[in-house]
Formats: sequence, C-alpha cells, structure tokens
Amino acid sequence: MSSKPYVREVSKTTWFMSQPRYKRYMAREVTCIFIFAYTFLLIVALARLAEGQEAFEAFVQALGSPLGVLFNVVVLIATIYHSMSWFNVTPQAMPIQRGEEFVPGNIIVGAHYGAWAVVSLIILFWGM
Amino acid sequence: MSELQKRQIQLEVLRYNPETDSAPRFQSYSVPCLDEWVVLDALNYVKDHLDPTLSYRWSCHMAVCGSCGMMVNGEPKLACKAFIHEYKEGQIKVEPLANFPIERDLVTVVEDFISKLASVKPYLIPKSDQPVSAGEFKQTPAELKKFKQYTLCINCMLCYAACPQYGLVPEFLGPAAIALAHRYNQDSRDGGRDERQEVVASDEGVWECSFVGACSEVCPKHVDPAGALQQVKVASTIDWYKEHLMPWVKK
Repeated sequence: MSSKPYVREVSKTTWFMSQPRYKRYMAREVTCIFIFAYTFLLIVALARLAEGQEAFEAFVQALGSPLGVLFNVVVLIATIYHSMSWFNVTPQAMPIQRGEEFVPGNIIVGAHYGAWAVVSLIILFWGM
Repeated sequence: MSELQKRQIQLEVLRYNPETDSAPRFQSYSVPCLDEWVVLDALNYVKDHLDPTLSYRWSCHMAVCGSCGMMVNGEPKLACKAFIHEYKEGQIKVEPLANFPIERDLVTVVEDFISKLASVKPYLIPKSDQPVSAGEFKQTPAELKKFKQYTLCINCMLCYAACPQYGLVPEFLGPAAIALAHRYNQDSRDGGRDERQEVVASDEGVWECSFVGACSEVCPKHVDPAGALQQVKVASTIDWYKEHLMPWVKK
C-alpha cells in the first residue's frame, strides 16, 4: 500500500461541463427556475387583483405586450422540457409489479402524458 | 485460417507512481490490436510486451468479477467489456476510475466503497431465528422477481465513478451500496430494513442523491441503481409521514 494516493479534484463550478449526461441533468434542474418565475407571476397577479379592477386590467394588458408573450413562450418551453424529463424517468421511481412481471415502462410514462393531456383539456375548456 | 484484422491503436494510459511522482501523467503505447479485442487485452499486451511496470486490476475477463473498472475515453467502463472496434479514432485514453484516489497507475483506493457497502448490511437478516429443522425460507417467483435485478450488481464501482454527487460530496453513501440495501429490503425473507434505514435514510444516505441517473446509464449489468434510490426515497418519505402524521400506525 502506498502512503500517498493521488486525489483528483472535482471542480465545484464546472463539473457538469465534462459529460453530455451531466448537461442534460443540469438542463432539467435549471428549467425549474422558469416554473418558479411563473409561480411568482401568479402571485403578482393575485396582488394586482386585490388592488382592484384597474390594476388587474393593466396587469393583463402588460401580459399581452411582446415582452409578456415572450416570457410566456419561454416559460412554456422550459416547463414542457422539465415535465417531459421527469415523466420519462417515472418507471424507474415507480415500478409496478403485476403478478410476476413488471408493467412495461412506456405504459407508466404514457399514463403521465395521458393525465397531462386530460388536465390540460379540462383547464382549457373550463376557462373558456 | 483466415487472417485476423489487426489495427494499430495509440493507448494513452494515465500513470502514477506514488514513490516517484507528484502527479499522474499520460504515457502512450502503440498496440497492435485484433479487432475482437477489448481494452483489457490491449493493457495485457502492454504489460506482456511493452512495459511490465504498468499496474491495473483484473481477474475474470468476462464482466463478472467487477475488478477492471476504469475510465475509457472519459466514460466509466469495464475494460473487459470495452471493445476496441467501438473506438474508431485509433486513440484510446485509459484512466483510473474517476472519484477514487489513485493508488498506482490504473489501480484505485476502494476502501471507502467497501466500508460503505458493509455499513448497509448487504446480507439477509431473517425476521426471526428459525431452526434448520423448520425447513427452508420459501419464495414465489414473483417475490424473487421483485429484487432480482439488484442481485446482478458486481460491485465494480462504475456507478460511483459516474456519479457527480459522489465526486462533490465524498460522504455520500452512493448508488451501489443503497441499491444493494434496497435489494435486501425488497426480499420477502428479510427483516433488516429498520437496521439499514439508519444509514440509508440519513443525510449522507439516499437524500444526497439528486437523480442525475448517470449510475444507471453506465451500469454494465443493468442493475438500475438510480431507480432503486428513487424507490428508497419514496419508501423513506412514506415512513416519515407515517411517523409524524400517524404515529399510532406501526411501520
């Protein structure tokens, strides 16, 4: 046994640049910031609503501005990426055994996409 | 006899001699490889014909013993399962497993993993003592299937080399140890989960995992340690709710 094994330092700030799979992981994690931002926007919406009709209408109008639309589009893309990256790993976290065999992963993933579609449609028609 | 395809490969091997070197350095070997060779064959060629001082671990040459784990072109691989023909560039970089200290050349210090593995008690702890005369512990095929994939772990530590979390927080119990704890927890003959949970559900246990999933991607035996860890998180979370919201319910 040697007395001085060599320890290779791992960079605390740039470690994820070394592998594509680490970058994919960071993309999944970073996209949650956009979801946080949108949640914050909803809280602001509530605050404007509490202030009265005029404040809320001004807020809604601001959402329709090019910047507001751009924000929504970016958040939508980030949210879809974030959600899909989690849906796709659900079979690993929640395997279902029926009798001897495990339910195929794509059925578990598919159920998530199905539930997503149903909830989206309900909100869409409920809001109309 | 047909002529076997030969290809000259530049093997870049990270060398480190603790007695003379202050840091590791790459050494290049030109190796005449046969097309069906694996990286381990190329290393054996170097050892036999070019440089007998090269140190590395290997034993079975058939992806069973788990000794020859190393970084091949930056990817954790079993050297016996990394085929030369998959590396088209003609140059292959071989380094010791990432996230482990280098003992010498491609040999790493693995005591950390061994002690972590032992700490999760990776063996059957029967629910109650039973005399041999009582007969065997029976198990249905479905009960076996529940944990079978985790029994395939060969302790090769590729998952530790792939795990960025282990690299950043060396205290992390890590993928294979927790996956093996899960293997015994899932076994219908076992009653040792509470003992294992003390280590597995601690801060340095499963909660250090942020589900990068790299461990499962590099696992040569398709154990899916990342899946095991997420299942351990779900079970540990249910424990917490039972304990705090329904203290009258027994685990």
